[in-house]
Amino acid sequence: MTPEIFQQIMDARAQRKAVALVTALDSGKQRVVARDHAADDILAQVLDEAFRFDRSGVHKIPEGEFFVHIHNPPLRLIIIGAVHIAQSLIPIARATGYDIVVIPDVTLHGEWPDEILPGLGLDQRSAMVALTHDPKIDDPSLQLALKSKIFYIGALGSKKTQASRVQRLSAAGFSKTDIARIHGPIGIDIGAQGAPEIAIAIMAELTRVLRLGS
Amino acid sequence: MAGTDPTILDQAAQWLKDGRQVALATVIETWGSAPQPVGSQLAIDGEGNFIGSVSGGCVEGAVVTEAIDVIGSGKAKTLAFGVADETAWKVGLACGGKIRVYVEPLGA
Repeated sequence: MTPEIFQQIMDARAQRKAVALVTALDSGKQRVVARDHAADDILAQVLDEAFRFDRSGVHKIPEGEFFVHIHNPPLRLIIIGAVHIAQSLIPIARATGYDIVVIPDVTLHGEWPDEILPGLGLDQRSAMVALTHDPKIDDPSLQLALKSKIFYIGALGSKKTQASRVQRLSAAGFSKTDIARIHGPIGIDIGAQGAPEIAIAIMAELTRVLRLGS
Repeated sequence: MAGTDPTILDQAAQWLKDGRQVALATVIETWGSAPQPVGSQLAIDGEGNFIGSVSGGCVEGAVVTEAIDVIGSGKAKTLAFGVADETAWKVGLACGGKIRVYVEPLGA
């Protein structure tokens, strides 16, 4: 690997940019393909899935045998609300490989979550869960998430809470397809009772979306 | 999670900065119950120091030896390990899996 190629990979990591290192196994020739430009590559189809499912591997095409090594940024879970469920969710998410960002309802500096979120960079390797139950805190964060490429959005609350959330977001101009990206009530249905079980339900749903795409 | 562990590349970058020669070994294919997933890496310096894992300990010794050769020759090579390769390799994977490892000089 040339110093230039190595530097490109290290830079991409530092900037939370997804790249693939493609190595031609016969010649040893290498190139770095950014996820944003993967569609233009001869391995476009392979790359799309490989990035999405974080799956490196060898691929044979008429042009030769290539090893596609996916360098995705670390997974990240952004939790809105330093609440009880967050306490249970954090250790499970950490064990699953996520970097954790907890944004309290209001920070010590008097900032609201939606003032902090833009600075984090809501990318395709990030997920967000809104856990405050309070529309005036959750809604602005959800709106920002919907405008981003974030791979998972979940919102705590009953079916009734979710229905009124849908109404508010529609009124704010979001389409049905947009709003359908929000998982609410949050988590897969395992009859969860109490914070630790709800945390398991949330992580199960998040993992399903990450690995299976929906 | 993919097998890629970012701390290994950080260490490799540090070794290069210190003026050491470095090789990088990456699992590129696995069959059966291979202990480490595709993408797992082992970084090796010219003196045989290493960080990371390609097989959870089964074939690291052999990979390190090959890596030092790669550093010397400056040419990448592909290695295969597994029960089926016992005649070619004295070491194998106790778990019965097979792996293919790409070993390349880093920063050269």
